[in-house]
Amino acid sequence: MAKGDLARAGTRPSSVAWGRDPLGVALLLLAILAVVAASAMALLYAPREATMGDVQRIFYGHVASAWVGFLAFGVACAAGIAYLVRGARRWDALALSSVEVGLAFMAMAVITGSLWARPVWGVFWTWEPRLTITAVQLLVYVAYLMLRASLDGPEQRARYAAVYSVAAFVTVPLSWFAIRWWRTIHPDLLTGGGGMAVTPAMLQTLAASLAAYTLLYVALVRQRLRLEHLQHELERLRGEAEDADAFASSPYA
Amino acid sequence: MATLRVCGLTKTYGYRHALRGVSFDLVEGEVVALVGANGAGKTTLLRVLAGLVRPSAGSVLLDGRDGAVPRQLVGYLAHDAMVYDDLSAEANLRLYARLYDLAAGERRAAALLERVGLAERRHERVRAYSFGMRQRLALARALLHRPRFLLLDEPASGLDVEAAALLDALVAEQAGEGCAVLLTTHDLSRALAASRRVLVLAKGRLVADTPSDDVTPQGLAALCRGEPAPDAPISPGGRP
Amino acid sequence: MSALRKAWALAAKDLLVELHTWEMVSAMLVFAVLALFVFSFALDLHGAVARAAAPGVLWSAVVLSGTLGLSRSMAREQQARCIDGLRLAPMDPAVIWGGKALGALLVMVVVEAVLLPLMVMLFDVPLLRPGVLWVLVLGTLGYAAVGTLVAAMAVNTRAREVLLPVLLLPLAVPVLIAAVRATGALVEGAAPAEVAGWTRLLVAYDLVMVAVCLLTFGYVVEEG
Repeated sequence: MAKGDLARAGTRPSSVAWGRDPLGVALLLLAILAVVAASAMALLYAPREATMGDVQRIFYGHVASAWVGFLAFGVACAAGIAYLVRGARRWDALALSSVEVGLAFMAMAVITGSLWARPVWGVFWTWEPRLTITAVQLLVYVAYLMLRASLDGPEQRARYAAVYSVAAFVTVPLSWFAIRWWRTIHPDLLTGGGGMAVTPAMLQTLAASLAAYTLLYVALVRQRLRLEHLQHELERLRGEAEDADAFASSPYA
Repeated sequence: MATLRVCGLTKTYGYRHALRGVSFDLVEGEVVALVGANGAGKTTLLRVLAGLVRPSAGSVLLDGRDGAVPRQLVGYLAHDAMVYDDLSAEANLRLYARLYDLAAGERRAAALLERVGLAERRHERVRAYSFGMRQRLALARALLHRPRFLLLDEPASGLDVEAAALLDALVAEQAGEGCAVLLTTHDLSRALAASRRVLVLAKGRLVADTPSDDVTPQGLAALCRGEPAPDAPISPGGRP
Repeated sequence: MSALRKAWALAAKDLLVELHTWEMVSAMLVFAVLALFVFSFALDLHGAVARAAAPGVLWSAVVLSGTLGLSRSMAREQQARCIDGLRLAPMDPAVIWGGKALGALLVMVVVEAVLLPLMVMLFDVPLLRPGVLWVLVLGTLGYAAVGTLVAAMAVNTRAREVLLPVLLLPLAVPVLIAAVRATGALVEGAAPAEVAGWTRLLVAYDLVMVAVCLLTFGYVVEEG
């Protein structure tokens, strides 16, 4: 007789055994190892870049962080859409986890970008397209979290966050085109059109960094998801306890 | 005979239950009172029926057809009048007439303003209205599109004697014309006097669905508290 | 189409309220003019510097004063729970978005109509050209569209309208860049191809954001 998604009502206990998570721990350890290995590659294996010198080595971590930062938001947006369509809270949990982890990576990208810019161009910041778009994405992340923080009802929070992530996700490519074209017509005289001499070894190192950072992202999101699910369980148990309490004295229990 | 069949309606906010498995019928021409303590879920139930809140589980069937009740058929009145302060009463009703795609909307608006006794002040901004006048305008808004199901959330609260009498008259009129009316109230004697049937909600559950003649105000009060009534037959919930 | 007529009825309602109260327009206009003065003083804008900065100042004033108008527009539906009254009506929630966005757009255009001649006088820059007006409308359209969606969310948060600029401005980056560049290009007499490029970006933004709003607004006004 009853129609509708009970999962949405949250009355079904979490179907995933989150008590202990050996796979998650293994994943995290593996990811840390991968990041260490990729960093070693960046510091030792990759060749010294012709124009910029050793400071260029931070580029691998910078690009990898930015890549993960954007990937994370894509995942959050997709999870948001899944929530809007399906209504299951675990999609919202994924979106939130991805945003939090992605924010950390994006902040890393901005910081490493700044650290790279200083020795190379002499300034801590430049409105060069790639740096600018990472900054914009960082602002979007912060806005997303502030929106969530300002809403009380869990369903409303999940819905609004999903809608905002969709709207934001769509504007990022448009921002990228706008910024890039702007800097093509009015180049920043500091950074100009300057590129790097890229060798196969550099590409290998970059690929290794990308893979390692992505793995770290997955491992961290898994951990964050676990926390979120435990939180949901706690709320569910609390709700059940309140219900039991409420009907303790009633003949209609 | 239009029947609204509510089946196992449940609404949760996070892990808190506002409604649990509420089931009952609403039949054309019937005036049904809905009573319960504060927080029992009366407003939530009305808002779900009006289509403003999506239920977590359960269904609403109109004449056997599943799905939400078409909004064209529902009239809803709540404590908030849902009228624009900075417009005149007439402008407000004209807007709603357009939103409900009413043919001859202006004439209908004028007729209703007449009926609720606001015709003389229809060009004034609603900001200048008293509470009673706003509620009368809200009633006109709810009736504008000739709804088949009228949902009134504590319509008499805050009304003076004259306005309350007007409300009673209009409700009786609508029921007479075949409208099904569900109204909530805290005034238990009034509830029994004005309705043919009474539903009692306690902590989100429907604990009684009984003809008004079969229960006393004291019995109702007990039911609202979640106790069995000393004198009334109990039919908890209705259909499973 | 019935939906378009209803959206227009909603927008007309907003304009009628505006006509009675002048709340939105006055607040936005005063703020925009103040913004002009603040920029002029803070950046010491005069002569050639002023002319070069004019497109940026114009759009900054539009974007910032716009947040005031958008907040006010959605806040009006909060009072007496009018938004519920609109949701009760037999129409797609997207119609509510359409009506509010259209109303916001029209009010913003009115403010811009006053701002533009004022800037021509203060900054000595030839802004009263069809190209500039066209860019103004295109940019404002996209901004009002996404602004209405975001304002509808912001007004339901604990922080209320204060959150709107934080949420809206990162999403408005494409409009800001494209509109300022296009206006600047028009004023400096740059190649038509450049202006066309920026205009195309604005149109793309408008189309995409309108589509997103139409698809997602329902989830914003939905309850529970």
